Amino acid sequence: MGGIDADLIAAVAPFLWDGLCTSLELLVLAMAGGISLGAILAVIRIAGPKPLAALAATYVNGLRSIPLIMVILWFYLLMPLATGRPIGAFTSALVAFTIFEAAYYSEIIRAGIQSISKQQLAAATASGLSPLQAYRFVVLPQAFRNMTPILLSQSIALFQDTSLVYVVGLRDFMTAVSVTANREGHLVAFYLFAALVYFVLCSTGAQSVQLLKKSMVSQ
Amino acid sequence: MIYHWDWSVPISAPYLGWLMSGLAWTLLVAGAAWVLAFIVGVGIGILRTLPNRAARRFGALYVTIFRSIPLLLQLFLWYFVVPELLPASAAHWIKRDLPLPEYWTSVIGLGLFTAARIAEQIRAGIEAVGRGQSMAAAASGLTLLQSYRYVVLPVAARYVLPPLTSEFLNVIKNSSLALTIGLLELTGQSRQIEGETFHGIEAFTAATLIYVVLTLAAIAAMRALERVVAIPGVMARV
Repeated sequence: MGGIDADLIAAVAPFLWDGLCTSLELLVLAMAGGISLGAILAVIRIAGPKPLAALAATYVNGLRSIPLIMVILWFYLLMPLATGRPIGAFTSALVAFTIFEAAYYSEIIRAGIQSISKQQLAAATASGLSPLQAYRFVVLPQAFRNMTPILLSQSIALFQDTSLVYVVGLRDFMTAVSVTANREGHLVAFYLFAALVYFVLCSTGAQSVQLLKKSMVSQ
Repeated sequence: MIYHWDWSVPISAPYLGWLMSGLAWTLLVAGAAWVLAFIVGVGIGILRTLPNRAARRFGALYVTIFRSIPLLLQLFLWYFVVPELLPASAAHWIKRDLPLPEYWTSVIGLGLFTAARIAEQIRAGIEAVGRGQSMAAAASGLTLLQSYRYVVLPVAARYVLPPLTSEFLNVIKNSSLALTIGLLELTGQSRQIEGETFHGIEAFTAATLIYVVLTLAAIAAMRALERVVAIPGVMARV
């Protein structure tokens, strides 16, 4: 067990950087997928036909009652069986996060839509827009503007949750740190370093969200 | 790929026993972590509303730290790092004599993580009571302690019940992270059964259903509690 010196840091830095990039890639893709799917679910629950709305509600409430680790393990097990060929841990984790986070995003988006006055929808349809167009061009843009801070806060939580891909061995930042820490025999130093990285990224993110919120109120 | 179904796996010996033991650990971790999280969370939440600036700063720092580091990493810090940083005698006791180190580490890690989230709900609840109430309490001669005890907290406690329900559900779900430091709770046991029998779908289905039942039971219990403590005429019917 040697000391931590410049050589060791130089040797492990690219590996940890790759891990951080994997985490960020998961974050961005799962955010895009989760918010899109979440918006569809939210609109279905508010304006869709009854059976579909009930189905969407079951989806959201069902997923929200299961631990994320369980969902990650499910997709890691099921995706190769469903497609009949090996699927990388990244793809199965990305699908798991998208499906799982969509349930949480959809609750935020639903509350955002419900905060928009009903007269907006009435005015939009009265001026000749179809219901779909009214949501697409009138309701959703206003709703998304109001809920941007909460969506971003949820995404900071999602970034922290990406560390759970540890259970399927995907080399995100957390897993890369853990692998390196155990290989080099420096658990204390590497885990404290990881904590510092997550703390700086997430607390800066949270502060930016607060600033955004304040600037939106003052407008 | 061909999958051989066998739904008898999760309900036959020894695997049913594994699942039940996993369920017991899930409840033990979640229950103890909830007690710790509640006590610390209420304390930190109250600190954040006090007139004293240092107290508010401390509360805010606690919340920022515990909310900015992933729970998985927090568990690793408590399990691998903290014992190394303690004085030799304490570290020795933790490594050699502490019974069930995985269990107590999970409880402390999950409890202190959840406390930060509960503190935010408590603070919001106290702020929702409004300054008028605490000013009126002060004007009528109550001390700060008395105004919290008899005026602010009884009302705030009822405001925070619904958000505390979802934190309670989060504790149950987050207890699954204990498997990463070797505690075989429900998710860990279902993975163990998968490794042993290759009947992952059946094992995961059983564990998933148990989580859903736990969630529904917790929601029902909290709704009942809300009804029991509701202040007539003050709040919307629940």
